[in-house]
Amino acid sequence: MKTAERQFTTISGVAVQSLYGPEDLADLDSSRDVGESGEFPYTRGIHRDMYRSRLWTMRQFSGFATPEETNRRYRYLLEQGQTGLSVAFDLPTLMGYDADHALSVGEVGKCGVSICSLEDMEILFRGIPLGDVTVSMTINSPAAVLWAMYLAVAEQQGIEWGRLSGTIQNDILKEYIAQKEYIFPPRPSMRLVTDTIEFGARYAPRFNPISISGYHIREAGSTAVQELAFTLRDGIEYVDWSIERGLAVDEFAPRLSFFFNVHNDFFEEIAKYRAARKIWAYVMRDRYGARNERSLKLRFHAQTAGCSLTWQQPYNNVVRTALQALAAVLGGAQSLHTNSLDEAYALPSEHAVTIALRTQQVLAHETGVSAFPDPLGGSYFLEALTLETEQAANEYIRRIDQMGGMIAAVEAGFPQREIAAASYRYQREIEAGERVIVGVNRFQSGDEPIELLEIDENAARTQCARLDALRRRRDRAAVSQSLDALRRAAEGAENAMPFILDAVRAYATLGEICDAMRSVFGSYQEKTHL
Amino acid sequence: MTTPIRVLVAKPGLDGHDRGAKVIARALRDAGMEVIYTGLRQTPEMIVNAALQEDVRVIGLSILSGAHNVIVPRVLELLREKQMEDVKVIVGGIVPDEDAEELKKQGVAAVFQPGASLDSIVQFIRSAVAA
Repeated sequence: MKTAERQFTTISGVAVQSLYGPEDLADLDSSRDVGESGEFPYTRGIHRDMYRSRLWTMRQFSGFATPEETNRRYRYLLEQGQTGLSVAFDLPTLMGYDADHALSVGEVGKCGVSICSLEDMEILFRGIPLGDVTVSMTINSPAAVLWAMYLAVAEQQGIEWGRLSGTIQNDILKEYIAQKEYIFPPRPSMRLVTDTIEFGARYAPRFNPISISGYHIREAGSTAVQELAFTLRDGIEYVDWSIERGLAVDEFAPRLSFFFNVHNDFFEEIAKYRAARKIWAYVMRDRYGARNERSLKLRFHAQTAGCSLTWQQPYNNVVRTALQALAAVLGGAQSLHTNSLDEAYALPSEHAVTIALRTQQVLAHETGVSAFPDPLGGSYFLEALTLETEQAANEYIRRIDQMGGMIAAVEAGFPQREIAAASYRYQREIEAGERVIVGVNRFQSGDEPIELLEIDENAARTQCARLDALRRRRDRAAVSQSLDALRRAAEGAENAMPFILDAVRAYATLGEICDAMRSVFGSYQEKTHL
Repeated sequence: MTTPIRVLVAKPGLDGHDRGAKVIARALRDAGMEVIYTGLRQTPEMIVNAALQEDVRVIGLSILSGAHNVIVPRVLELLREKQMEDVKVIVGGIVPDEDAEELKKQGVAAVFQPGASLDSIVQFIRSAVAA
């Protein structure tokens, strides 16, 4: 290929010049656009000293099979120096079905841990003091229920809710947009999210009741700009609903957290994080009049891109992940998950997840990159790309505002179609050899076999047997009373969290609690947008 | 003019990751096939009924959740019950080699693992239907 004729673009298709200089930053106003780290608009990071004062949290997403097995993995990761936990639930749990539901066949414990009742949650955190560790839970449609189980386990451990810190993902909008694990229609789902934000602001003020997520939007095939724009517009939607509920913006905004992907294009990703902080700071200050500095600061977790991992030559994934992790750190992430080399095949083995954790530890302690905030700030290219990313994202945000907000946009299929078109374009570029994926469309060689984690096929049996025993043992009258009360609350407008907590404490199962809400809210079916 | 090949692209199980299914559906359509996409969360019964109603020659199942060993044999069994063995079943997704071999023994025409090219899938369907 003759380089002179070749069009250079980022992985998202943004054209890039051969050289950048001061003339490319003619429109840049240093104090308006960049500022200092720890100061508005936080383009350079939310803390003055960044990682000198506090290293990012190394938080490996994990969960598989039964709560017993996952509890063992958590204790192992904590012993290895991991500093936070992150729970992966299986598909039945994500969809609000118990392990013994007909639709759960074949799926129990496969993509994460199976949690059917408070009893399972007690086992999951056995021997792990919830006051001393921060726990993130990737749960969305039934997030209020799983959070209630977590709060109930904390009660049993004698830990006040005010001391708990952690995160529930609870971002339903990106489910309709990208990941598609929804149960109820958008409006009742948004009401439940608002219930958790309100409940958190009152009773668990150190817990993040939502992690507004671009990760899955990117995994579904979006560009970097789409990931950024749709995520921030989702954030705006949650703020609107919370204000509508009667909360003051500074009451809840400091606890909104974000979650972004780190894909392969190094500078594009760093520009994305810088633009994210800047856009959010202006939105919170100018659109909502937030005064509390913490409301203006966009805090985010990053995960390396699962969709960038290759099945072919899996050891190359260690290198990809390390470079992506470097971009997340240079972009100022507050916490990070690094994918394991075997995750194009299966959930990671203990060996693979240890290498992934060590990758972060090498980055933190050997490379010197954690000594400065935003070390690439001031680069002509990066500053120009940050501005361009910000402008393109703001354009999308304006379009969605004009549609009447994100729910209207989702119902019209707008973000879904934009993402599907981008992912098809990307796949076509790979097919045409315009984008090189090492080991897949160039530099192919034989694959070395690797050892994989086998999910115990007994997990489903164990979970169903435990459910059966629980249903015989528990106080049936208390269960049905709590579910009736929840149904009545769902029909009304009061906060559903206290009712969900009562049902959880009575050992109503996840499936029973979600069924009670399904009977009031209905189920959602999307129109397919090819 | 030959009639276009009709293909049902289906997404069984609880998994919502539909990027692959949608990309494949578009690619087959661009290759001149008639594609019916079922949407999410289809049971084997729903898939086989759709295949019957739509009179397709090929069913493409996209499964990333690890539930293939339960779902795919059930689809094959239902096709046999309805005397629809002439419908080719292909599977795409995260399917380990041993499982892929086993599924082929049970009657799956092909398994496409991550990294498979769109072109190879189009070519396979054309030759399988011609045969």
